[in-house]
Parts: sequence; C-alpha cells; structure tokens
Amino acid sequence: MTPLLEVDSLRTEFRSGGNTFAAVDGVSFTLAPGETLGIVGESGCGKSVTSLSIMRLVPNPPGHITGGAVRFQGRNLLNLPEAEMRTLRGGAISMIFQEPMTSLNPVQTIGAQIIEGILLHRAVGPAEARARALEMLQLVRIPSPETRLDEYPHQLSGGMRQRVMIAMALACDPKVLIADEPTTALDVTIQAQILDLLRDLRERTGTAIMLITHDLGVVAELAHRVIVMYSGRIVEEAPVDLLFADPQHPYTLGLLGSIPRLGSDGDERLTAIEGTVPNPFALPAGCRFSPRCPLADSRCRSEAPPLQEIGKGHRTACWKAPLDQTLAGAAAA
Amino acid sequence: MSEPLLSVDGLAKHFAVHRGVLFQNKIGSVRAVDGLSFEVAEGETLALVGESGCGKSTTGRMILRLMEASAGSIRFAGKDVRSLDRRALRDLRRDIQIIFQDPYASLNPRLTVGETLAEPLRLHGLASGPKLRQRIDSLLAEVGLSPWHALRYPHEFSGGQRQRIGIARALASEPKLIVCDEPVSALDVSIQAQVINLLQDLKEKRGLSYIFIAHDLAVVRHISDRVAVMYLGKIVELSPKRQLFAMPRHPYTQALLSAVPVPDPSAQRARIRLTGDIPSPLNPPSGCRFHTRCAYAKDRCKVEEPALRPIGQEGEKVACHFAETIVPPTLVPENEPPYAARLAALRKFRPATA
Repeated sequence: MTPLLEVDSLRTEFRSGGNTFAAVDGVSFTLAPGETLGIVGESGCGKSVTSLSIMRLVPNPPGHITGGAVRFQGRNLLNLPEAEMRTLRGGAISMIFQEPMTSLNPVQTIGAQIIEGILLHRAVGPAEARARALEMLQLVRIPSPETRLDEYPHQLSGGMRQRVMIAMALACDPKVLIADEPTTALDVTIQAQILDLLRDLRERTGTAIMLITHDLGVVAELAHRVIVMYSGRIVEEAPVDLLFADPQHPYTLGLLGSIPRLGSDGDERLTAIEGTVPNPFALPAGCRFSPRCPLADSRCRSEAPPLQEIGKGHRTACWKAPLDQTLAGAAAA
Repeated sequence: MSEPLLSVDGLAKHFAVHRGVLFQNKIGSVRAVDGLSFEVAEGETLALVGESGCGKSTTGRMILRLMEASAGSIRFAGKDVRSLDRRALRDLRRDIQIIFQDPYASLNPRLTVGETLAEPLRLHGLASGPKLRQRIDSLLAEVGLSPWHALRYPHEFSGGQRQRIGIARALASEPKLIVCDEPVSALDVSIQAQVINLLQDLKEKRGLSYIFIAHDLAVVRHISDRVAVMYLGKIVELSPKRQLFAMPRHPYTQALLSAVPVPDPSAQRARIRLTGDIPSPLNPPSGCRFHTRCAYAKDRCKVEEPALRPIGQEGEKVACHFAETIVPPTLVPENEPPYAARLAALRKFRPATA
C-alpha cells in the first residue's frame, strides 16, 4: 500500500542564543490511509515539533526545517507555496490540540468558527455551511447541537470544547488528522468518551490519525502502530501489540516499567529510568539514551545506533537488541 | 486501637456565589466539600481521588487551614485544628506540610534552594549557624540532590528536581503528615516514577503519613493504603486499596476504573461509559449526586441521599443504596504484563554495571 503521508529524514532546528539544536533529528516514518499511528515520548522528545513541521507551523524564528521531506499524496509539502499550504491545512490535513480553550476564539460563537473553516475550504453557501456545522456537532455527539451552535466557548465544558475541536477538524473530511495530546487536559471519564469518539469517527470517516501523546495507555487503546521518540530521534517503531509484548529498546522498556499499573498492588518498586533527558545543547555522543541506559557500553557511548529492522514492521535503534540475548548473556556471566 | 493521627468529621466548605458588581447579591453557594469524614492513622497513606471539581484539593487545604472550613471538625494529634490561634497554628504547620502540583509556582524564584530550605528551619528554631548548613545538605541528600544545589535558583532545575526541592522543603520541619496535592501529575512518566519511589522511601524511613490527592488511579493504587473516592464534594467510597481495586462497590468508582486507559492492548475488560459531564456543584442533583449519570439509578436515588456506610469485612465503606446488588465486572486486568520478565532482567542488570 502506498503511504498517504511520508516523512523522510525530517530535521527541524531551533536557534537559541548563538546555539542551534535539532529538536527533530532525522525522523522518518509513513502513515497509511485509515491508519492510526501513535507517537510517544516525554517532554522535549520532538513529537510535537514533528507534527508542527508536517503542517509547516513551526514558529520561525526561532525554528526552521533544515532537511528532509514531507510527502503527502506524492507532493513534498516543504516545497509548496504558502498559499497552497493554507488550503491543505484544515482541509486535507487538520489538527487538534491539547488545550481546546486556547485554540478556540473566545469572542466568536462555536458555529461561526466551524462555518469559517467550511466556507474557506468548500464551495458552499452560508446556509449549507451552517447545516454542515450542525451535522458535525451531531457527529461528535454534542447534546442539543442547535443551541450549542450559537454559544461561546466559555459556555462549554472542557470535554465539550474538545468535541467542538474535533468537529471543526473533521468538517472538511481530512485525509489526515493530527491529534496532539487530545485528551491530556481532560478528566479520565471524559477522556474515555473522547477516545471512544475518535475510535468511532475513524471507522466512519476512514481518516488516518497521527496521535501524539505521552500516555502509553492512550496509545494502547487507540493506535495501530507506535513510534517511540527520545531526544529528537525515533528509538523504536512497532505494531501496537508487538511494542507492548516485545519492547526492544531499553528506553521503551524503561517507560513501561515507570508506569504504575492499575493491576498491581505496588508492593514492588517502579523501575524508574535514572537521570533526566539530555540537554539539547550538550547531547551525548553515540546513543542519546546511553547515559541513562543500564545496558550501555563503550560502543553505545561513541556510535549512534541506526534504526534497524528486527522483525516484521519492528524497528529499533539499539546495539543491544534483541534484548533477551543481552540480558540472558549478562545473567550467565 | 490508638487514636488516629488525623480525624476529620463532617468537614464542609461552601463558597458564596454573588451576582452584580456594586450591590452584590448572594445568589447561591457552591458546596465544594460537603460533609466529609475520614481518618488517617500514623504511617498510613490515604488517597483522595476524583475528577476536577470534586473537592479533593479544597479538602487538603482545609486540613492545613490554608482555607477556612465552613463546618465540621478537624482533629490532629488530639488538637482541634479549627480553633487554633496563630501561635498554635504555626506549630501545627510544623507537623503538617504540603507539596503542590506545580513545584515551580510554589518555589520563590528569588531565593536560592538553600535559602528556601533555611526558612522553615529558622522559623521553627530547628537549626542555626553551622548546623543550618548541615541540615540543608542532609535534606538535599535525602531527596537525591547534591550539596552544591543549595546555591542555585529554582529556574536552574528541571521539573522533577523542583519537585524534589518541594519535598525537601516539606521535610525540613520534620512533619508527621504531608498533604501531597497531585505531586506527580505535572511530571513525565520516567521522572514521575523517580518521585513516587522517593515518596515511598521517605515514608518508610521517617514513618510519615500522607494524604495523597490525585486523579490518577494507577498512581494511587501504587502508593496508598486506603482510598477515598470523591464525587461532587462527597466521599462515595472509602476502602482499603486492595478491596477497592478488586471489588469496587460504587458505580462511580467502577466507571472511573473502567475509564483508565491500560497500557496493554491485549487486556480484556469491561467498558463502563459515563455519559455527559459532571453536574454543576452550584446546583447538585437531589438525592444521590451521582444518580444523573448512574446506570443503576432508581427512584429512591433521586430523593434519598445515601450515607457512607460500612460494607464488607475489611472496613470498606460505600455511599450507595444498592451496593449489595451491583456486581462489578472485570475492570482491572490482573495479569502480568507480557514484558514483565524482560523488565525484571533489566532491573537485575543494573547493579552489575554500577
């Protein structure tokens, strides 16, 4: 299957003071039609900058894309004129953000904001656009959508606002929906509602979703395939079942060990990853995870491991993979 | 049994709501906390769990008298907290400390970490002169920081390190009870695990009690001894954690557990979905406050408020008329995660390289 979206060796740099660092450092992946791809990592790993780079929304200055390509339906978005890019944003590719309150205009009604996008991207009249907006609010299951259409963002709860954001993003039938931490600001019962909604909508619309999150639980619920990022690079990529059944990067394993599990009594300690994410201006040589990795040796500290295929659709950037061999070898020694 | 360290009875906080600017009319009150009763034993961790607006943080603040209660009593180590004068209140706050969610907002940006830690030590007359420096160094060591960190300012630290500073400041006055208000929710998971481990170590070493306010049930299961689940200002269930997670009795607890995303795509569990949002605390539903979203609600629930009553053999309490007849489905996958063996091997690997 040809990918819908292909990110190839993307590199996005930020300038601060006299220094430059690459927030995204040679990231490549693909997104197939109808697929949900989870991108996981902690603060500063480059997951949000990756999505902003795809949309060409990286604030410039201080950031700029210095290398690679983003191919959408065969066209490199990085070379498109701004005018064409504008028709794509909110049209074929749309985005929802973590904080729906700051992404909605507080002085415009919900309806006006949804209609604005429809009028911009579709050849329809105001009446038709309003009908479409109403249909979208029904689709995201907002109660009494007729009245909600004429209300302002502050009159809605957090969960409702996120539904409005989703309605707005899907109003023009996008091929790709980029969801950047769509449920992080929400309470857990509301989060469950939104995840159900996204799952249901992707069945109905066939939209491919790029789901950016720090929560491995959310990924397990929604994604088909997962990319784990660390310090601007992809460290592991796998189909969702495989990532949780057979994690092959010590960072992925460490993340899984860091999460308190609902099904455990907490009598055992969490396997915390020692140390902190490296300073982007003073990155370690070799593997960027090596200073925190219990398995690291001199090779890890000098040579960056390439992202290599170790199984079907399973790639990892670790000299020590497959991990079981390394761990068994150590136990025997 | 000896007297509990802290006992709270009928605690309430009502905020008046006004309309108008010049001639303010009281148009109602928000019952943020409405008649809470619970106890915390020495060395125990009690978790207060619930969603935004359930009153869990307000409860924490009232215990320290950072906020005055509207009704009810708070007894700490035999003292009536609500009637303490200023002097006695200062002593109370030596014994009860608090850690906040956002460690950056709760540290003075113009004080070095050393100065921040020196303040409570001087105020309570715990250390001075050369002793002061020693105490600061040992506090920093206790939370996993180094002596030279004392000369730095809060902005020079990462989020996890700032939370460690917040913990060190709380420990400075040698408290018996620490109110932890969402202490790890702003942190990345790998850092969160470090801070949770630290809190557990400190509890063991110092025999501390915690009131752990959180919305993350997995964290709560990991750290607490007993759990109080709150909904719209009331406790709906209060049980030892093993019982609460194995057999949640209240429909809200069940829904809350069901909503937590589990990091295991193969997990088989029941889905209970609440519809709608939490009702406004300005105008809470009559009877049982949860009846508007409860799948089991009957006519009785709309009129008669259920009391928090004992149920079961292990001190479980639930506020539901029909708790006996509601059978909880499988909500918590108990199976070992598939990566458990590899994780155990990685954990063992650690000392070999150290």
